[in-house]
Amino acid sequence: MATPTKYPTEALKCWPKAKEIRQQYYKDYASAHDRGGIRWSGGAWAFDAVPMGLGDDVHVMTGEPYAASIAFDRKFAQECQDATDARGWARDLCSYMRIYWGSMYLNRFFFGGEFPKPDFYYQTQICCSHAKWDQEASLHEKVPFYCIDVCVGPYETLTEERLNYVVKQLHDSIEGMEKTTGRKYDDEKLIAAVHNECRSTSLWAEICTLNKAIPAPLDEKTMFSLYVLNTLQRSSKQIGDFYEELRDEVKDRVARGIAAVPYERCRIITDTQPPWGFLKIYRYMEQFGVVSVGSLYTFGLEGIFGEQEDGSWGPRKTPQQLGIKIKTRDEALRITADWNLSRPQWQHFYDPAIKTRMMLRIYNEWKLNGVILHLNRGCEGLTVGSSENRLGLIKAGVPVMTYEGNMADEKEFDERRTTSRIESFMETLGLEQIPGAVAAQAAS
Amino acid sequence: MIEKFKEWYINRHTYAKQWKEQTGGKVIGTFCTYVPEEILVAAKMLPARILGSHEPQDVTEPHIFGMFCPFCRDALAQGLKGRFNYLDGVVLAHSCIHFRQTFNSWRIHLPVEFSYYIPMPNTVQTPHARSYHRVEVENFKKAIEEYTGRPITEQDLDRGIEILNRNRRLLRKVYECRKLDNPPLTGEEAMYMAVTSQFIDKEEHSNVLEAVLKELPERKLPRDSGIRLMAVGSENDDAEFFKMVESVGSTVVIDEQCAGSRYFWNESVPNGDRLAAIANRYLDRPPCPVKDYPAHSRFQHVLNLAKDYRAQGAIIMQEKFCDPHEGDNPRLKKFLEENGIPTLSLEFDSTNPLGPFRIRVEAFLETIRGEELF
Repeated sequence: MATPTKYPTEALKCWPKAKEIRQQYYKDYASAHDRGGIRWSGGAWAFDAVPMGLGDDVHVMTGEPYAASIAFDRKFAQECQDATDARGWARDLCSYMRIYWGSMYLNRFFFGGEFPKPDFYYQTQICCSHAKWDQEASLHEKVPFYCIDVCVGPYETLTEERLNYVVKQLHDSIEGMEKTTGRKYDDEKLIAAVHNECRSTSLWAEICTLNKAIPAPLDEKTMFSLYVLNTLQRSSKQIGDFYEELRDEVKDRVARGIAAVPYERCRIITDTQPPWGFLKIYRYMEQFGVVSVGSLYTFGLEGIFGEQEDGSWGPRKTPQQLGIKIKTRDEALRITADWNLSRPQWQHFYDPAIKTRMMLRIYNEWKLNGVILHLNRGCEGLTVGSSENRLGLIKAGVPVMTYEGNMADEKEFDERRTTSRIESFMETLGLEQIPGAVAAQAAS
Repeated sequence: MIEKFKEWYINRHTYAKQWKEQTGGKVIGTFCTYVPEEILVAAKMLPARILGSHEPQDVTEPHIFGMFCPFCRDALAQGLKGRFNYLDGVVLAHSCIHFRQTFNSWRIHLPVEFSYYIPMPNTVQTPHARSYHRVEVENFKKAIEEYTGRPITEQDLDRGIEILNRNRRLLRKVYECRKLDNPPLTGEEAMYMAVTSQFIDKEEHSNVLEAVLKELPERKLPRDSGIRLMAVGSENDDAEFFKMVESVGSTVVIDEQCAGSRYFWNESVPNGDRLAAIANRYLDRPPCPVKDYPAHSRFQHVLNLAKDYRAQGAIIMQEKFCDPHEGDNPRLKKFLEENGIPTLSLEFDSTNPLGPFRIRVEAFLETIRGEELF
């Protein structure tokens, strides 16, 4: 076997900053009340720009990344899930939700101290679990719950009436938040937040688009730690600024041919959240020279894409880039509603064929060799339609492997079985372990 | 006459094929009970709800991952096995992600002349759902008109509304009889009545209901009604289960399920705007948990039913993997128990272990009877 090319690699310079932002985010949330600020909780898909109009001291903790953080700590994750099970909730419910509830029931905050009670919950209703999650949390914490129904069909069929339905609910939610907090809402802050939201999510799409390069400047395992900032608070200026810095660094890596995986010779994407406690499966794939350049999940959970002038997929142009000046609350809400409804990861909720089309686009434009689908027992929302995606990809001639697991409940993940399946998939792709890659990992 | 419903239940596919031959009309498969059937009936179509068969099946594994509810897989299996090959079209009104998969796999692998997705609001409590859903009902009407090539007039809509409302009223009257000390019909029989209204021609169904209503005052069941139970929870048309429950000293006197009362409980209230009346009817009906936000408005309705029908206990029937119900049940159970209604929770699959279920039901009934002693 010929020795594969070894690309130069470098650590990301802005990595420590990403870590710092994340740590500060949880500290700010926990201490918000000490400083007279406001706390709200909800999902990573909540319209997070909207509560920003309540002031600069409004802090959010989105449930999914909080639960994913806990999932890395298998012992605490288990304690949280046990606490939820003990209250009678079914064990097949969303594992993020079960962990979040458990942390809440136990009154233990993963980052230290008591569980910080929010002033209100704010959520979108698209998946069967999301709205139930915050309905229960708001009842337990005895705080209001604002739920925005976004079930208006796929973006490609969006009409004025469908958009208006979402916008009207957003208007109502502002009135509710004003009553709950006793604060006067500031439209200028909302407008700034919407601009930041569009900037952050378009920038992330741009960063993902840079991964079309060979070698890929980023691998998915690294991307997990970077995309997460948008799930925390995409409407924050700090996060938009960070993504600008990251975009510039990734551009530079592409220009200099810096790789994420030194022996890259096979490019794949995965699907849905990974089993967070077992990210080493990505390292295992690297031993075969495989780089996962992302997934529709890492790209489109919080990246907003659009068709480019040359017909390819890339960042959607922001209102600023289009020269749109947002002047009123209604305009801001219409833009955030439209922007969020175009989220790639919301489309499969309506039709798996849309997701298959997007995956095939990624397969072709990101120059892939195969796809690995995680049939994720922990997240019904992102696993909806996965089986049809598999059939659609196979029909298009794409090599596909699946494995079962759970993003946050280790009891539902079989590591040995998964690595065996990966090994078989590698064999079908004609790949063997690269001794240099194995030795380098063993030494690290 | 009451046996007619069971006969229809068993021979539903034969019925639909014969209806089609006799009328030359179109049969439209409805996914979930939120499809505004008034529009289909106004267009002289037969709405036929897609249900499962409660038989083991091995055909859906490539299409729907096994972590999704057995009902959505069982329903798709019926299509893949060719049992619904008479359908001219399929319609889904937005509800849970589980059943949406059935609809989408159906569209991909079992093409029909007409398929339509109605993006119905899921947060039915927001006041904005009303004007929005009216538009979606109107869009659906237009799509049907385009498909049939015939306009649906106001008179057609009035007819559609009245046919549906009459059927709902009659089912309510039948259910009213279940409030009696000795109900003249079993829960199993009531289930056949309610569920068949979801796929039998509504007028024909109503005619038989009317005839049965005449018989019911004189009807005496050759059995002691025993403990009065309520069935509450996910989709369930498992007749064998009801039969078993009622064979061990109880009668199911009321249900809160989409195969039963949730389907027909309220009417379209004419208000001059026919489409708004239809749209509002589906927003105002007893909600599936997937649509019950931000408050649990459903809980009080469940309790009211339990009280009105003097249920002594409730069986919470949980379809395995059904997230919307799983997201309600622990609080619903607590709510019912705090209000004096003991509960028994059972997890359902497409096929169910009646032996172990029987033991649990018997134990539950003993507990209730024991409380009566003191």
